[in-house]
Amino acid sequence: METKNIMIVGVGGQGSLLASKLLGHLLLSEGYDVKVSEVHGMSQRGGSVVTYVRYGDKVYSPVIDKGEADYIVSFEALEAARWLPFLKKDGQIVTNTQQIDPMPVITGAAQYPEKLVDKLKATGAKVDALDCLSLAEQAGSAKAVNIVLLGRLSHYFDLPEDAWMKSLEANVPSKFLEMNKKAFELGKNYSEN
Amino acid sequence: MSLENGKQLMLGNKAVARGLYEAGVCFISSYPGTPSTEVTEEAAKYDEIYCEWAPNEKVAMESAFGASLAGRRAFCAQKHVGLNVAADPLYTMSYTGVNAGLVIVVADDAGMHSSQNEQDSRHHAIAAKVPMLEPSDSKEALEFTKLAYELSEKYDTPVLLKMCTRVAHSQSIVETGERNVPDKPYEKNIAKYVMMPGNAKKRHPIVEQRTKDLISYAENCPLNRVEMGDTKIGIITCSTSYQYVKEVFGDSVSVLKLGMTNPLPENLIKDFASKVDQLFVVEELDPIIENHVKSLGVKVTGKELLPIVDEFSQTLIANAFGKETATSYSLTEEIPNRPPVMCAGCPHRGLFYTLKKNNCTVLGDIGCYTLGAVPPLGAIEMTLCMGASIGALHGFNKVRGSESEHKTVAVIGDSTFMHSGMTGLANVAYNQSNSTIVIVDNSITGMTGHQQNPTTGYNIKGDPAGKIDLEALCKAMGFERVRVVDPYNLEECEKVLKEELAADAPSVIISRRPCALLKYVKHNPPLNVNKDKCIGCKSCMRIGCPAISMKDGKATIDATLCVGCNVCSQLCPKKAFE
Repeated sequence: METKNIMIVGVGGQGSLLASKLLGHLLLSEGYDVKVSEVHGMSQRGGSVVTYVRYGDKVYSPVIDKGEADYIVSFEALEAARWLPFLKKDGQIVTNTQQIDPMPVITGAAQYPEKLVDKLKATGAKVDALDCLSLAEQAGSAKAVNIVLLGRLSHYFDLPEDAWMKSLEANVPSKFLEMNKKAFELGKNYSEN
Repeated sequence: MSLENGKQLMLGNKAVARGLYEAGVCFISSYPGTPSTEVTEEAAKYDEIYCEWAPNEKVAMESAFGASLAGRRAFCAQKHVGLNVAADPLYTMSYTGVNAGLVIVVADDAGMHSSQNEQDSRHHAIAAKVPMLEPSDSKEALEFTKLAYELSEKYDTPVLLKMCTRVAHSQSIVETGERNVPDKPYEKNIAKYVMMPGNAKKRHPIVEQRTKDLISYAENCPLNRVEMGDTKIGIITCSTSYQYVKEVFGDSVSVLKLGMTNPLPENLIKDFASKVDQLFVVEELDPIIENHVKSLGVKVTGKELLPIVDEFSQTLIANAFGKETATSYSLTEEIPNRPPVMCAGCPHRGLFYTLKKNNCTVLGDIGCYTLGAVPPLGAIEMTLCMGASIGALHGFNKVRGSESEHKTVAVIGDSTFMHSGMTGLANVAYNQSNSTIVIVDNSITGMTGHQQNPTTGYNIKGDPAGKIDLEALCKAMGFERVRVVDPYNLEECEKVLKEELAADAPSVIISRRPCALLKYVKHNPPLNVNKDKCIGCKSCMRIGCPAISMKDGKATIDATLCVGCNVCSQLCPKKAFE
């Protein structure tokens, strides 16, 4: 099988680590060769962060380049737009609609683009945008944004629900398991209507 | 995470730590530095290994040397620039050799994800004449670590294990083994371990012979391997570049993958070159393999084709070799940058605001507070290396005199001060420049992810440890003026800063408040903006707090980020923050 590429993008501190850990566990359990590449250090301080997840029969490079991502999972709308050039032709973006202003926008040196999700769709890219924060709160915790996103991502994967649940169980504390399962389902079954 | 078949997905740095455990390492001393930090943090989770954070890399390496001398396998880790600090012991440890195995991780940062330069550590291996191994994924990181100890003991040498950001911070699959602890007695050997000229003269030829022996080893060792494919193109490569080459070409070209990059083989390279039509070297940063190949009289293409700066990727290599690369989508919209920023509630913010307000010239140092150079604070005018702020301030003031003494400061963090600021401070006290040094004491090593240091009172495992009193230390060094301020209190900060800059004596200001991200730090409830009081003057925007933004002409606070530090409310002319 050709190597598949998932990028997880967001803002430093948003908690993308759990998402990549869970995906890594899932894909390893399914018997794939897997590489997960993270960012540590200075860029974590509220900067734009990216995690690369690659899987297949044999994975060499730990990074994903422009035009190679089968999926971009984004915690924030501007970050989905920033990494758009990394999306493969016919690749899928799954993004949270949340807006977090970067410092140049806060200081007034730059503008946060308006109607960004519409503009992303207008490029021809496949974009699935959902308000993960509301869904996470509905599940019981604003912190479950990552699990809502993964639930949504699972919608596009041909993997049994059982495998996802096992990875969830292995990676979240048991006292939050039910809440996270609910967050996963809310993401998975989300529809725009 | 582990599966039933023992296979695990493991971070490169954690795989090194696992290798250390299995190799029976008993002693680890390191100074944190991205991308090397997790090796020591992960190793500290094994109860069988003694681990510590040292004040700097030189002390760490000397301590590791002592443990090796005493007969137990030892280790230290640092980032590339950290090895500059530890170069002094390294270059002579090459002469003494080791007793029990001694392995040293140096983690390079091509692409400068979290560093002040992009130096290639292979130069250190060549100059110090010690072997260097370079893993290209987590599996090799674990295997090479164990093999490095065998080589260290067999060839009587410290061994450098070179990591890079993409190997250190990528997870790939490893298989783990058991721990096995060798033990060597300590034996007095003055001729080997006392490096005074008479003894060192006798050791140098031994080093040269060792290099020859290691070249013989390199010709036919498991670290260096040939993967023959089509012979039109042959590529010599190492480290993460190997992964990019395989990603682009698969098995369609011939590859000589070098796991040991110092010393380099000769016959193996000549033999490989003779089997291919066109020979290339694919290596990040400096043309070290390329120059070696050329020195053998072999025709090769390297840096004519590939850049000497920044990290590589599969696309970069595909483009260089004229292969087609993927297309994608594009937006015409301008996407604002999202640079790293000081966190909401960061204690450095109030201090840098005060320095900027008072038009100070700020010579900075290495840490989270380097972000004081970023708009809107934009207060720092120089950052060089660990500890340089104080030395530079001394020189600056010596040549500019009273013109600069009353407006120029050095800013250095608690951990960086312990690392190499103390000697600079000794120089200010001894050679008497009228300098004002600000130690920003957030009670932790922040940027690398919260490591303890000699001023925090805790060790690497979080247990109580010795604690150095900064005020007493500065006073003992001869500073009569030592002041402590709370950077959340802008009025106090400014008053003390003005007094110390005005004084005709060297002084230290300790700006003290723990990092807002520390778990034990209790936060105040988030502030609210009273929209009726806010006049939209943007005074609060001058501190660059990520929790504050303007909406419809009024300031607004992100309650999920605000920790109630109250620095913004001290700037508000209408007292709109409640």
